[in-house]
Amino acid sequence: MLITELKSKEAIQSLTDGKKVFIINCHGCREVYFPLDEAEALQNELKASGSVTGCVTTDYICNPENMELRLQPHMEEIKAADLVLVFSCGVGVQTVAGYLDGKMVCAGCDTIRLPGFQGVTPLEQDCGQCGECYLNLTGGICPITACSKSLVNGQCGGSKNGMCEVDPNMECGWERIYRRLEQIGRLDALKCPTQVRNYATDDAV
Amino acid sequence: MKITELFERGEFVVSAEVGPPKGCHIESLLEEAKTYLSGITAVNVTDNQSSVMRLGSLAVCKALKDEGLTPIFQLTCRDRNRIALQSDLLSAAMLGIENVLLLTGDHTKMGDHPQAKPVFDLDSVSLLHTAKLLEEGEDLGGNKLVGEPPKFAKGAVVSPCSDSVDAQLAKMERKVRAGADYFQTQAVYEPEKFIRFMEKASQFGKPVQLGIVIPKSAGMAKYMNDNVAGIHVPQEMIDELKADKEKTKAGITGVEITARIIKECKPYCQGVHIMALGWESKVPALLEQAGI
Repeated sequence: MLITELKSKEAIQSLTDGKKVFIINCHGCREVYFPLDEAEALQNELKASGSVTGCVTTDYICNPENMELRLQPHMEEIKAADLVLVFSCGVGVQTVAGYLDGKMVCAGCDTIRLPGFQGVTPLEQDCGQCGECYLNLTGGICPITACSKSLVNGQCGGSKNGMCEVDPNMECGWERIYRRLEQIGRLDALKCPTQVRNYATDDAV
Repeated sequence: MKITELFERGEFVVSAEVGPPKGCHIESLLEEAKTYLSGITAVNVTDNQSSVMRLGSLAVCKALKDEGLTPIFQLTCRDRNRIALQSDLLSAAMLGIENVLLLTGDHTKMGDHPQAKPVFDLDSVSLLHTAKLLEEGEDLGGNKLVGEPPKFAKGAVVSPCSDSVDAQLAKMERKVRAGADYFQTQAVYEPEKFIRFMEKASQFGKPVQLGIVIPKSAGMAKYMNDNVAGIHVPQEMIDELKADKEKTKAGITGVEITARIIKECKPYCQGVHIMALGWESKVPALLEQAGI
């Protein structure tokens, strides 16, 4: 968990409307910053509406073994949900999305840059800490870090045999995103409005 | 003249591509373009193609226009942020250049300045969206333009023989919704794949120009197969290029192969775009053999 900011209520409502939701909170790096009270207030509203199948609050979901251990007791509740909503940094959301095959996994937070702090479990998943999380449009695969050009509107013409022409050891991020969306039956996510990045939220710039 | 007007009239639109030199002299480029390309509809001018630093696309577009040709200004997102991109679009409009082709661009690592910072502030889709905003009299920051807004024929690219053609079609749909008026494709060597692609792409209702690269040798074909995304030259074509080296060297075999591809695909597309890569002189023979 790095510095996270809760997504707007409208943004979260547009994800959860009419859906059964399982909630995951990660407090792994809470010494850094997690919007604890705001997240709790929002989740209480969701719970009051009766659409929450279960909730787990844990630490370091970016660590796959730890995450698996924490989620195992809740698999029935997860199965009953249409959507798993994760309140963590981008690495945590991606780790959960990679584990829960065929399930829509969304981010409840945007991750903001914190220079000098790179999280505790460096993995193949990475978070660009761009301040406007795209994981909800991409089936939980980060287009900022999984695409050489950090494209946010789909695949360029530079993928060959599923690999990126810029780095032949790297899979094309947008091909991975397409396959994931296909797998979870959410190809409609590609029909979202044209995305224009907001570098004003990106403290790296 | 906007090439979209020709598509609307049902014309089969032929364009070819020229690459500006690494230097500031364009006499030979202009001479070749006038000699071999004046009979076709429009001439694309590449924008630091393959991330190799060259003379600017916009300047060469203006020079071609002064010679009576119709240029298509290629503009990529690799080297410019949204301020520079919009400014260059306005500059093109001021120079009377109405045809643009808007691309993401190759990564800087692919070119001759791999140390350069890749920009990609916008991408092909958000650049199309931005060009459309300018046409409506507003910039991407929400500020009004002064005077009559520019009007462009906004082109985009798609890779129909890509091994991830579904992701390409999804991207194409986004480009259409963002404002693309017409498409040019990556080079096609597999007509059956192109035709299958067009069966799906025709739902978007936008004209598509078939992309053609004349193969110069069997080695070039193999190189493209190994290194160029979205291109696959079938083995029988490579064998054909191998069969008579002199004929291939003279360009005759390459022209025969690509003329066949054009003939086979013509009923399914609205034009052809030829990337001659230095073989501009072969373009008239190619068009003649293809029956255009």
